[in-house]
Amino acid sequence: MAVPARRRAADVVAFAFASLATAFGLFWLAWILWTTLAQGAAALTPSLFTQMTPPPGASGGLLNAFYGSAVMILLAVLIGTPIGIAAGTYLAEHGRYSRLAVIVSFINDILLSAPSIVIGLFIYEVMVRSMGHFSGLAGGIALAMILLPIVVRTTEESLRLVPDQMREAGFALGMPRWRVTSRIIYRAAQSAIVTGVLLAVARIAGETAPLLFTALNNQFWSASLNEPLANVPVVIFQYAMSPYDEWHTLAWAGAFVLTAFVLVLNVGVRILARRGGNK
Amino acid sequence: MNAAVVHPIEPSLTSTPVRDGRRADRLFHGITAAAAWLVLLLLGATALAMAWGGRLAFKTFGLAFITASDWDVPAAKFGALVPIYGTLVTSAIALIIAVPVSIGIALFLTDIAPRWSRAPIALAIELLAAIPSIIYGMWGLFIFAPFMANHVEPWLSDHFGNKAIIGPLFTGPPIGIGMLTAGIVLGVMVIPFIAAVAREVFSAVPPALKESAVALGSTRWEILSRVTLPYTRSAIIGAIFLGLGRALGETMAVTFVLGNAHELSASLLMPSNSIAAAIANEFTEADTELYRSSLIALGFLLFVVTFIVLTIAKLLLMRINRQLGRTS
Repeated sequence: MAVPARRRAADVVAFAFASLATAFGLFWLAWILWTTLAQGAAALTPSLFTQMTPPPGASGGLLNAFYGSAVMILLAVLIGTPIGIAAGTYLAEHGRYSRLAVIVSFINDILLSAPSIVIGLFIYEVMVRSMGHFSGLAGGIALAMILLPIVVRTTEESLRLVPDQMREAGFALGMPRWRVTSRIIYRAAQSAIVTGVLLAVARIAGETAPLLFTALNNQFWSASLNEPLANVPVVIFQYAMSPYDEWHTLAWAGAFVLTAFVLVLNVGVRILARRGGNK
Repeated sequence: MNAAVVHPIEPSLTSTPVRDGRRADRLFHGITAAAAWLVLLLLGATALAMAWGGRLAFKTFGLAFITASDWDVPAAKFGALVPIYGTLVTSAIALIIAVPVSIGIALFLTDIAPRWSRAPIALAIELLAAIPSIIYGMWGLFIFAPFMANHVEPWLSDHFGNKAIIGPLFTGPPIGIGMLTAGIVLGVMVIPFIAAVAREVFSAVPPALKESAVALGSTRWEILSRVTLPYTRSAIIGAIFLGLGRALGETMAVTFVLGNAHELSASLLMPSNSIAAAIANEFTEADTELYRSSLIALGFLLFVVTFIVLTIAKLLLMRINRQLGRTS
């Protein structure tokens, strides 16, 4: 009993379409990565890592921007990770099934996809305005606000994967709940939580919109968190939008470093996680 | 160790640790609950701060803030129709591209691709979401916009520019920067979000349902269109809303390729503006209270709209989870 030709044709068309769609997605990835990495590699020079961002028409590097980005990412991790893990713990352990946990879990998912520019505006309103000036501190806190929901979500998910028998075993030994959580559950979920934090770092490393009105930018070296702080994404934005060729070259170099960082982190973390999971 | 377990423990030895444990338990519970509350507070505070910051604009212009199209800085007149229109049009283009492609990818990954290739391809598609939006923007400005200007847009205006009805959409100089380019870039950016959810729910369809369809002699296309898609419909719509939420709020990529023009035009080839791009471009230059307030008011609108869209997405996705929980 053969399938009628029309039905077979519809089948073939649909499956050709699915294959084409996948090729379409991969094509954009390849195109974007190829041009960014090729253009960026051509712009790489040793002075990129030793010199400051130059004025128009001069040569220079991105040292201050790398430093500023590193400081703000570190700040965001220091602020966002403990709060995120604590909130994730509440959702998966201490507040499990409570109404608060259900609501927070819901709201957290919305924060996760909320436009990052709005978070920049929010930090501007509550911090920059009251302090009277842009600062690296405000930038770090804005990034922490982007990192927070990611850490909450991954912590909650990794804690839920820990089997209940381990909790029961802990209680059977007479351990109080907080020790069960901190000594058993955290240890079992450790690598998954670290994976989540690393992926969150990869995400905030490229965030530009929340830094535009918080850290702003700084052409010069500054180690103070109380002043505008240079950072890679905003430098790329300003230099790429400028009419100067030297700045375009530096923007490509910055894009190369940023993309390479994000890719290595994403791929590396996933490979490690998969290997750990198979163990 | 053994002794402690076997023998009944003297109360005098345990009372202190137990009480300490209770106190520590309460403290630990309190800390985690406070962190959870903070997440709620942050969302509430964001909405309040936006509303507060934008109150001057809302008070000055009223409803005209949304319906007027003149964004005139020297005259201190701010009507947000152009950025609102640009946001909606670019997001619509993005979804028109991303929805079928994402469903195709999900289908490919669940039913067609050889098993060994599924994880690498899924990872590659996920990487589309990992690339920072500033990279999309820069690539869009230097590589994709010139490509559109040289190859795609002249062809579009030659072939469609003089047609009835759709003609006005494709008229104008091929400059590469505009709503069509921005919409395409946005579409590529939201593909991984929709594809990930679609793939997840496709692979969660109970095998018995698919096998029944096979037993009735269905082709693979009929399984997709008559079993898989109807079964996962609410989740797919949820995924589309999720992508829409992303597209509406995307900032940097759009800022690069949309052109920051405050003129309303029907043509997709013309530069326009979006809410997020207007804020990104103009906020640090806003030198009057009213100007700054108008931009924050735009942020408030964006926040409210994305909140609603993402809430719908979440509710739809929760429904499929319940459904899967019941049936599987």
